[in-house]
Amino acid sequence: MNAVYVNAVGLLAPGLEGWQASMPILRGESDYRPEVIPRLVADLLPANERRRTTDTVRLALLAAQDALRQSSVAVETVATVFASSDGDLEILDKICLALSLPDHPVSPTLFHNSVHNAAAGYWAIATGSRMSSTSLSAYNASFAAGLLEGMTVAVVEGLPTLLVGYDLPAPPRLSSVRHLAASYAVALLLQRERTSEARMLLRIRLATQGLEDQLSNPALEALRTGNPAARSLPLLQALATRSALNVCIPYLPGTQLQIECRPCD
Amino acid sequence: MQPLQITAYTVVNALGRGIEPSFAALEAGAGGLRPCDFGEAGLDTWIGRVEGLEEEPLTGWLAPYDCRNNRLARMTLEQDDFAGAVKSAAKRYAPDRVGVFLGTSTSGIRQTELAYQAGDASSGRFPESYVYEWTHNLYSLADFTRRFLELGGPALVVSTACSSSAKVFATAWRHIQAGLCEAAVVGGVDSLCLTTLYGFNSLELISEAPCRPWDARRDGISIGEAGGFALLEKPRLEASPILLLGYGESSDAYHMSSPHPEGTGAILAMRRALDAADLSPADVDYINLHGTATVFNDAAEDRAVVSVFGARMPCNSTKGWTGHTLGAAGIVEAVFACLSIEHGFVPRTLNTEQPDPVLSARLLTQPLVQRVDRVVSNSFGFGGANCSLLLGRAP
Repeated sequence: MNAVYVNAVGLLAPGLEGWQASMPILRGESDYRPEVIPRLVADLLPANERRRTTDTVRLALLAAQDALRQSSVAVETVATVFASSDGDLEILDKICLALSLPDHPVSPTLFHNSVHNAAAGYWAIATGSRMSSTSLSAYNASFAAGLLEGMTVAVVEGLPTLLVGYDLPAPPRLSSVRHLAASYAVALLLQRERTSEARMLLRIRLATQGLEDQLSNPALEALRTGNPAARSLPLLQALATRSALNVCIPYLPGTQLQIECRPCD
Repeated sequence: MQPLQITAYTVVNALGRGIEPSFAALEAGAGGLRPCDFGEAGLDTWIGRVEGLEEEPLTGWLAPYDCRNNRLARMTLEQDDFAGAVKSAAKRYAPDRVGVFLGTSTSGIRQTELAYQAGDASSGRFPESYVYEWTHNLYSLADFTRRFLELGGPALVVSTACSSSAKVFATAWRHIQAGLCEAAVVGGVDSLCLTTLYGFNSLELISEAPCRPWDARRDGISIGEAGGFALLEKPRLEASPILLLGYGESSDAYHMSSPHPEGTGAILAMRRALDAADLSPADVDYINLHGTATVFNDAAEDRAVVSVFGARMPCNSTKGWTGHTLGAAGIVEAVFACLSIEHGFVPRTLNTEQPDPVLSARLLTQPLVQRVDRVVSNSFGFGGANCSLLLGRAP
């Protein structure tokens, strides 16, 4: 029952600028050079909304856009799941700082951007999609929790579902209490039925005795452990190499997701 | 869809601790709002504060989780033998077959607010006692609840502003259908903090008076805090007759902090809930509105409700009793829906004196005493995140 096809992938992180450019790196054919992400424009947003978004929303939407560009699916039919451990720490930092000042000067834009579903809200505005959308957190297990939520939306509800996992480093003040090494956003377009776009079948089950997969490249491994969304990297490596692998990614403490990956071509 | 039964439920809010004081207040007409006396908030507004949280810290092994939000979670879990019902379910299915899916909008952000006030904000040197992971991070609520109830199944926190703890019913249903767990603790907790008080104030969305949903003079929300939980599982013969019959989720795709003026997303959410339950509007007895008492929210919801259910469907908003409990509103109002079904009593819309003549829904300004079999409960959040639940007896 818990099997779902991956039709498209989006990726954005230092040195991993889009899925097409990242595949040779994940296959080990090109060197990984973690550079700073260029300030890209989320061109799917109307200009008015673009001005009001934050780095967090932009990163999530760019990964989403990267995935959907590879698919012919009509965007307004796609349900979404946005998974992020910490959401927009830069906004929360600004709000808590403002609240520590006399008169507590919180701005309206700051406040409406503070909701965890800000990325989902901007995504719906940009695409015009009225489909269901979940925004969730499970701390360091957020990607795995998002994959379960995305899979169940796709499988149980029968909707094409875009999972977006993303987290960004905390601003300096908060980095002492929440350390995230680098920005990272991933998007997977999931579907119950096999179509001509299917790249990989994932069979997912919960486990308690699994050993989570690591990456042999030390810089990529540092990225994997440094950002909750980057726990997806072993799965992305399987997708990039199109190999029949069993991938184990960490879920809640003491538990894992065992993912049987079967390429579709 | 295959219904789930609601085996147990509980709530703590400004009306009291547990379902009995809450229902007694709804019957007696005793609202829970008071002039704002929270922390150093100097706002001229009314709030729905839960008494006693300041005096009941989490201690022992729970101490690392100590913050207003998790205190409220613990207080709620201890009402109505809810933890006992979960323990029985864990015995029936095994602890790792019971999931925990909870909603919150701000979790323990109050702890970060206090740390910024107490610490040296420019350097990020905060008090030793401040642990972000166990208090402020959104997942802290589910982590705490899962450990408190000794459960090991799947868990996550949904945070879609004011629809958070309604949407967890959908997440739980999907996880159970997919076989990832057999039962689920759902619900949510949101607690008072300066972020929401001053945030809504900056948007000019809070009222100086106790909030008046659907009133011609309505001018904003009253913020409240609450916790609520429900235990969901596949129907078993001996248990409670109330079921989750359907849910509908949608996105407005319109604006970050204003609803679609035609209520397009709200209409979709209600229709999807009816479709999921395979019911028609006439099968529903009453609607618990989102009814926040802002000018635009109530107007948009009115259009949506009348478009789906017509102008004769009895409706109320319970925000005047509890305040708008934000991420907890979904579960609080789902629990109120269960109480209406159990007792055949629908409370009136408190504080509303002159229903707005331009709104057409049949707003209850007096309580309704009649058999209630099925209720739709609406929750709509910032970012256009909508969810309608359909609860009731089996058709």
